[in-house]
Amino acid sequence: MSSQDIPEEKLPAGRDQEHGAAGAMAVADEENPFADPGLPPHEHRRQDVDEKAAKHSERTVALLFTLSMLATIGFIASYVAISPDKSIYVFPVGHTSALNFALGLTLGVALFAIGAGAVHWARTLMSDVEIADERHPIEAPPETRSKVLADFKQGAKESALGRRKLIRNTMFGALTLVPLSGVMLLRDLGPLPHTKLRHTAWAKGKLLVNMNTNEPIRPSDVAVGSLTFAKPEGLEEHDEEFQTEIAKAALMIVRLQPENIKDKKELDWSHEGIVAYSKICTHVGCPISLYEQQTHHVLCPCHQSTFDLSDGARVIFGPAGHALPQLRIGVSEDGYLEALGDFAEPVGPAFWERG
Amino acid sequence: MKKLSERRRHPLAAIVVLLFALAATGGLYTAFAPADKAQADSTAQSLAIEEGKKLYEVGCASCHGTGGKGSSDGPSLVGVGAAAVDFQVGTGRMPASTSQQAQVEKKKNIYSQAQIDQLAAYIASLGAGPAKPTKDEYSPEGADAAKGGELFRTNCSQCHNFTGKGGALTDGKFAPSLEGVDPKHIYEAMQTGPQNMPSFPDTTLTSQNKQDIIAYLKAVDGDETTNPGGLELGGLGPVSEGLFAWIFGLGALIAVAVWVAARTAKAKKS
Repeated sequence: MSSQDIPEEKLPAGRDQEHGAAGAMAVADEENPFADPGLPPHEHRRQDVDEKAAKHSERTVALLFTLSMLATIGFIASYVAISPDKSIYVFPVGHTSALNFALGLTLGVALFAIGAGAVHWARTLMSDVEIADERHPIEAPPETRSKVLADFKQGAKESALGRRKLIRNTMFGALTLVPLSGVMLLRDLGPLPHTKLRHTAWAKGKLLVNMNTNEPIRPSDVAVGSLTFAKPEGLEEHDEEFQTEIAKAALMIVRLQPENIKDKKELDWSHEGIVAYSKICTHVGCPISLYEQQTHHVLCPCHQSTFDLSDGARVIFGPAGHALPQLRIGVSEDGYLEALGDFAEPVGPAFWERG
Repeated sequence: MKKLSERRRHPLAAIVVLLFALAATGGLYTAFAPADKAQADSTAQSLAIEEGKKLYEVGCASCHGTGGKGSSDGPSLVGVGAAAVDFQVGTGRMPASTSQQAQVEKKKNIYSQAQIDQLAAYIASLGAGPAKPTKDEYSPEGADAAKGGELFRTNCSQCHNFTGKGGALTDGKFAPSLEGVDPKHIYEAMQTGPQNMPSFPDTTLTSQNKQDIIAYLKAVDGDETTNPGGLELGGLGPVSEGLFAWIFGLGALIAVAVWVAARTAKAKKS
């Protein structure tokens, strides 16, 4: 690294000479105050002086390449012979697919043996005599530079750009406007979000449908201490928009003893202690439902934000900035739990601080 | 009347009386037999409750209070049902050594199944609660493991990990691994919600749903489960996999790079 900081002309010359025998050591003078120690004399490897050792290395390299060939044949043979359903027990791995294990092992050996053979070849048999290359300055010679500069000046004069100002100004205008076409096309990157992020599939009168049974839920179905996940009525799993909609509308239903609910609004929006909260963490939108039924805490698995469901889903730990949005629920004429409207605030991450 | 009393010393009198007595006994037996049987059942039941009460007073009452009313050291057991007792005692979680730890962990069960049943009968007699599931209910035979996987990912995986390997909760609490857990205990845990686990009663997660989940767990977490990807590294997901890749994968690459650039053996100067 430090050699890059040294000006080129200060570097000692003569490093490309054959070293060792000549022992070309530069002597310190006024221009180069530090003597160049040169390269240490070359040491020969065993393989360079002993033909027997070299033969041995050659055989080792050949053995590695042969091993690779055998492994490749093994790969093809395993692919043909082993059924994909076959399971074997391999000691540290446990029960695993025999086919995958054989393919991985043989391909791994085949590739590794090629690499190992090449490295061994290079280290023991290829020439390892040290070579020094001189660095040249990258600056062009002065005569070339003055010629280029003169050519440019002549061109500028002949084009009359400085004199005919109308041409110059209109050309600059055209060049400035052309990129605007590209900027306009950015609009096609996608539809504008409009108010999509502020609304979910929940609306007044929509029944809460159990994700497990696909049936609407009666208040008596929800026991104290239980946890149920719900989706809005009319949203089916095979709908094209299902994932998009459930990503915002996912709901968790828990039942508390009404006297354990500390937040007045939460109590007002609940039904006989049944409360419904958004399942989407207000930090970065992870599905959050690690519910501890004794403490009424809900934990987010991503960044450990913790919400207290008995106190308006207040954040009691972690990076989340807002309480979980609560869905106001009631009971329909048929006795099923229903939403009394959409979430009052956007669900999920605190986007734009919910302006 | 005199005639009859005179005959009481007749040689056949004893036989006549015996016949009457036999007839009366037989008739009475016929009339009351079913009632007697029912009485025998309820006797066995009350005997189990009685025995369970004794076991309860020795092993449980110090924390859960007399009559299962609860105390500062343990919650009330009124209405938790036989399934909760079978789970808590059957997995060795109860009796707990102390109420001070974050979570009571499973350990060696010290009661026989008969004793657990007696305890369960006693607790069930304190208030209605979920009964012990039958083998038909919790056996994974013939259940839909694929549907069970969907249900598991919706309801359970947030805490127990995608293949039931368990995970961390707050303040030292954790969701235990479901590997090697008896299907009966998995069923009972879903039904009763032990400790901080929420319950999933039959009204919201049907018995069939629970069976499907058990079948899924058997498929992904059983003794014979094949892991096509090879080394699963605890099945804990990106954390353990990343750690392994950074330490062992990268470590191996560095070791190979050092070997490639290492100084080769030089011939000794003679």
